[in-house]
Amino acid sequence: MSIWENLGLVYALLGAAIAVLMAGAGSAIGVGIAGQAASGVVTEDPSKFAKVLIMQLLPGTQGLYGLLVGFITLSKIGLLGGGAVDMTPATGLMILAACLPIGIVGLISGKYQGMTSAAAIGIVAKKPDQFGKAMLFPAMVETYAILALLISFLAVNAIQV
Amino acid sequence: MSEQYTYAVARIRALEVSLFSNSTIDQLIACQGYDQCLQFLEEKGWGDAETAGNAEAMLTREEEKIWEVVKELSIGMEHFAVLSYPKLFHNLKAAIKEVCTEEKNRHIFYEDVSIPGSAMLEIIKDKDFGKLPANMQHAAEEAYESLLHTRDGQLCDVIIDKAALDAIYAAGKSADARIIRDYAESTVAVADIKIAVRSQKTAKSIEFMKRAMAECDSVNVDLLSKAALAGMDALREYLLGTAYAEGAEALSESPSAFERWCDNRIIQTISPQKYNAFTIGPVIAYVIARQNEIKTVRIVLSGKLNDLPDDSIRERVREMYV
Repeated sequence: MSIWENLGLVYALLGAAIAVLMAGAGSAIGVGIAGQAASGVVTEDPSKFAKVLIMQLLPGTQGLYGLLVGFITLSKIGLLGGGAVDMTPATGLMILAACLPIGIVGLISGKYQGMTSAAAIGIVAKKPDQFGKAMLFPAMVETYAILALLISFLAVNAIQV
Repeated sequence: MSEQYTYAVARIRALEVSLFSNSTIDQLIACQGYDQCLQFLEEKGWGDAETAGNAEAMLTREEEKIWEVVKELSIGMEHFAVLSYPKLFHNLKAAIKEVCTEEKNRHIFYEDVSIPGSAMLEIIKDKDFGKLPANMQHAAEEAYESLLHTRDGQLCDVIIDKAALDAIYAAGKSADARIIRDYAESTVAVADIKIAVRSQKTAKSIEFMKRAMAECDSVNVDLLSKAALAGMDALREYLLGTAYAEGAEALSESPSAFERWCDNRIIQTISPQKYNAFTIGPVIAYVIARQNEIKTVRIVLSGKLNDLPDDSIRERVREMYV
């Protein structure tokens, strides 16, 4: 089986890989940044562990969104069921394009949500009673990851293979 | 924007909770007597088991705690040069005086600096000034020779204090962090203004003032010393035209109000760091805030020990960072 004969499938698989890889990388960076801040607070005040852990987990959702789009893509092209479908390079490229929003937005929003979480952890460190308000700031960044997930999800589903 | 200080800043945020606020200082002033003040401080976690009942040991221990935290943050100590220079130059001054006067004094050196007391004494005894940092060598030699030949302790102080201000200013200018630059600028300018005020009160010559003052951007040393020579009104008038106009108002009020303003000016410089999450700024600000806190507690304890009325103590206490 030549790669050139299955170029459509290769493009589609590349799309799934980008969705998982870039969104996952964004989450890893974000959770890492927020984790450093969480460690700083817990070093001085271990009683705030639960609150800062929630803050640290907020940037982790982008990785899940990427995984979801990756699953849908693999399912769409039949790789999960064992029988890969035949598709033209044009269709493969369309699936690749459909995967880009969550890949790119996931990477960028993951990093910035991590930074916002780290700053919000500073609020929790000084004013633990303001936890609800502090959580809203990183949650705002999530909006754009959800919008990207929505578009990637709708686009992958809309493509006829 | 760098994330390398994320851990440090978050840890500092958690530590800022235990910094004394203005209301905590009011509670301390309201304590009935010196012993109750010490008890209040111990209840707040100041000092340790070995410093109980000893105010000076407690304050020294608190100063040590600041640098223990900073070392745990794994931040290069070169970033804190502007804060450690006063102690380092103090050690130089103390060592020169001890060597030249051959008087032994205990506990006059700071040990938590790059050149502790014993090492500094060795260098001065051997006249091995080349072992000192480059920005200390010339001042050390000049101060040593002048004290040895003239026995003028004030001249020795002036030479070393100016070298310290120049070193702080140079460290500030070469720093990447804005807070270090602002702090160095404020520190040097406020020190120059203090020199001008004290020189005016003790009728010092313009040559003395120029020798003692360090150059900086926000204050013109030439105009400041001429204003000080012309009198207190001219000095106030000059300050009103600079970024330190509030200092002129404090100067009209009282000498202690002016000293208070000098320290408050530094706290105002570092205040924006309360809202910064990713730079070294909050760490530097925390160190300055803790030093200011210790200084304020020392003022309150001295007031209580000397039975000063609460209002007189309150007039002298500094603004807190939190």
